[in-house]
Amino acid sequence: MIQKGLLKEFQKTVGAANVFTDHADLLTYSYDAAVLEPVLPAVALRPTTGEALSKVVRLCNENLLPLTVRGAGTNLSGGTVPSAKGVVVVTNALNQILEINEADMYAVVQPGVVTAKLAAAVEARGLFYPPDPGSQAVSTLGGNVAENAGGLRGLKYGVTGDYVMGLQFFDVNGEPITTGSRTVKCATGYNLAGLMVGSEGTLGVFNKITLKLIPLPADQKAMMAVFDEMENASETVAAIIADHIVPATLEYMDNFTIRAVEAYSRVGLPVDAAALLLIEVDGHPAQVEEDAQKVVSLCKKFGAASIKVAVDAVERDSVWEARRSALSALAKLKPTLILEDATVPRSKIPDMVRAMQDISRQYGIEIGTFGHAGDGNLHPTILTDRRNKQEWEKVEAAIEAIFDKALELGGTLSGEHGTGIAKSCFLEKETGPATILYSKRVKSALDPNNILNPDKIIG
Amino acid sequence: MADMQKIADLMRALEDQLVVCMRCGLCQAVCPVFEQTGREADVARGKLALLDGLMHKMFGDPNGVYERLNRCLLCGSCAANCPSGVSVLEIFIKARAILAGYMGLSAAKKLLLRGLLVHPQLFDRIVEWGANFQQVFTRPVNDLLGTSCARFVSPLLSGRHFVRLAQKPFHLTLPSLRTDTGLSGLRVGFFVGCLIDKIFPQVAEATIHVLKQHEVGIYMPEEQGCCGIPAASSGDMATFKRLVQHNLNKFEKEKFDYLVTSCATCTATIKEVWPVLLQKEPEDLVARVKQISEKTLDIHQFLIAKVGLKKVCPVNTENPVSITYHDPCHLKKTLGVSEEPRAVLKANPGYHLKEMPQADVCCGMGGSFNLQYYEISSDIGRKKRENIKASGCDAVATGCPACMLQISDVLSRSNDRFVVKHPIEIYAEALKR
Repeated sequence: MIQKGLLKEFQKTVGAANVFTDHADLLTYSYDAAVLEPVLPAVALRPTTGEALSKVVRLCNENLLPLTVRGAGTNLSGGTVPSAKGVVVVTNALNQILEINEADMYAVVQPGVVTAKLAAAVEARGLFYPPDPGSQAVSTLGGNVAENAGGLRGLKYGVTGDYVMGLQFFDVNGEPITTGSRTVKCATGYNLAGLMVGSEGTLGVFNKITLKLIPLPADQKAMMAVFDEMENASETVAAIIADHIVPATLEYMDNFTIRAVEAYSRVGLPVDAAALLLIEVDGHPAQVEEDAQKVVSLCKKFGAASIKVAVDAVERDSVWEARRSALSALAKLKPTLILEDATVPRSKIPDMVRAMQDISRQYGIEIGTFGHAGDGNLHPTILTDRRNKQEWEKVEAAIEAIFDKALELGGTLSGEHGTGIAKSCFLEKETGPATILYSKRVKSALDPNNILNPDKIIG
Repeated sequence: MADMQKIADLMRALEDQLVVCMRCGLCQAVCPVFEQTGREADVARGKLALLDGLMHKMFGDPNGVYERLNRCLLCGSCAANCPSGVSVLEIFIKARAILAGYMGLSAAKKLLLRGLLVHPQLFDRIVEWGANFQQVFTRPVNDLLGTSCARFVSPLLSGRHFVRLAQKPFHLTLPSLRTDTGLSGLRVGFFVGCLIDKIFPQVAEATIHVLKQHEVGIYMPEEQGCCGIPAASSGDMATFKRLVQHNLNKFEKEKFDYLVTSCATCTATIKEVWPVLLQKEPEDLVARVKQISEKTLDIHQFLIAKVGLKKVCPVNTENPVSITYHDPCHLKKTLGVSEEPRAVLKANPGYHLKEMPQADVCCGMGGSFNLQYYEISSDIGRKKRENIKASGCDAVATGCPACMLQISDVLSRSNDRFVVKHPIEIYAEALKR
């Protein structure tokens, strides 16, 4: 329970209507999209101004209350599951796009702006904000920066972190810290923005984010290649990259996923195919034409059974409809879905795909694999029923096996979902004890009371 | 205090449906209530988590959950957008029934549902009486929209601009109708629905006119009851069941090929809610419900799929009235009907259809939601108004009388000069020429 005096202070700061203490409301802020146990906070707050946000942070620190910032709660690693009896700060009322500067090509936003809304707003002005995480229709930009979220376009355009030009965030005392600039180049001070990207709310609380924008590509072409052998598909991925073609998206889908998508949406996918590649090239029309031709001939050379190039917007849409429905289609098969994002150097995609099949067989669990083959970020998707305790144990063992394999191949535990709670105990495997110690020192220097989203990332 | 163990046991019946939600949160993108409030308890994911909490006995009393469960338009936007295919509406209505059974209905709801709605004849008489007296209490505010507001400050009507009860409800003009299968070779049962009968009788008249023009035989029994959705959404299963049985008895008396309605909500209720909520009833009732729900069609759907629209000669089409169309949630999201009403509109050459932005976003009516949460309902409605205005049209059509009410209210409160019509009225106009 929060003390009455403090509760009053919170009410004064954010307005009584934005303070939630009812048990029912608190339960709705106890989870995110990760498959983890919910944890009930003591209070949830929904500040509507930056000043209120700053004061909330200070009050939490003064009262030693753990504080977890929550955007849309779509986190897949438990980064927004609060601490017991802590404070949840919901940012969705801080949802203003403060500036879109066409001349200097940047946007300044509050942390609660929904990703897709910014993307649409800048597109209306002929500009492009490329990061497109799967939850972009609801995810907030503050959450995207805090998790360094990725998406389908990572191969060519990079991830959220590549677009953060500057930040204003509050330190644990509620003081505003400014880093980065509105300029393309900026070489002053520590690169604190670099430190904050992916810090999952453990080092500070974002108030304003300055994001880089780029010109909208003039043209694009989508295609779908069908393979009878899974190896041929993954070798084609490696060949396209080796040929120095950089598609905007280069997505892979295994047979299990193909069958699920077809059963769900009947878009006419070849259910006997071992694998599909969904590829889109974009840029200047002449370049698009040339790249598309090269991709087609590479697919053929590496044994594609067939390849279809979308001739118009409708066909292009149907190619991506297949990919967009992958997660939905898999989700409908079993009650529980665990979406992993272990990532390997892209040349290791064939090994990783094989390993997923071996792990699925070895542990006797269903894994559908699809995802961003072009940047090495596959999504092995485990289908299970969490209520089945025996199977759940096998699932946990399989997840560990997936992590081990990714690390063995020189990869990482997470390409885009973050460490959170779900992966914090595996982090040392990837980085080593010295790295963990260094990180802990940074954390305790900046947040001596350990109130900023405790237990995340470094445990 | 309510027996939380008992509630948890009852909730177990929903467990297999509840676990389908993977908490991805994508429902936040489309929920009209969440867009206004930003509160997780207002969006489907939050409500599903609350029901999960009840099942796991995480609450000392069910009041908080019950209250939040009722803050929902039942528009189905979340279900239509759900990657996992959670049967959100089915879960919510069943859960409301469980909780209402435990906590009892409010006095007002009891009076409305069990005192009035369940007795179709009494309901008709009271409304007829009300129609005669409404001028005393209300004054007209917008002749084009046909709306009124309270003559004096009334806590019940607050600032509403409502379309008044029809001077003469449809059942007084035409209590019943029996015509034989015409040249079309088809005969339909016509389910009128309360709002069309009592507030928009012109929609029923237009529907009958169109069916006759298409040589479709009509069976319209007298003393039809409400489809039952106000009872079902309040969790009053007893009233709901009585109304379904009343209507079954009426319509089973004669043969027809399809049951048609001009109300999106009635169609969705008969087609989707009846079979789902009554699936555990005795076999013969289940079979009777199945038989009728399978042959229920929205009027636009019926016209396009079963008889085909008539080509109307263009006369005076130099200055067509520009009209925009609002997709009722119960048509587009529940039944997947969106092209058909537009085709019906386009069949009248005197009108030019122009799309508004976000035509399929809920208008915020939600039946009793509008009564309980008028503020939120109006905020959602105002967004609809902005989109209607943005279309630059002079008229707006929609295939649901409940949406017609809400849209008339929000337009009237802004003093907009707009005509609100049902597509079938527009089509009937063309056939009359």
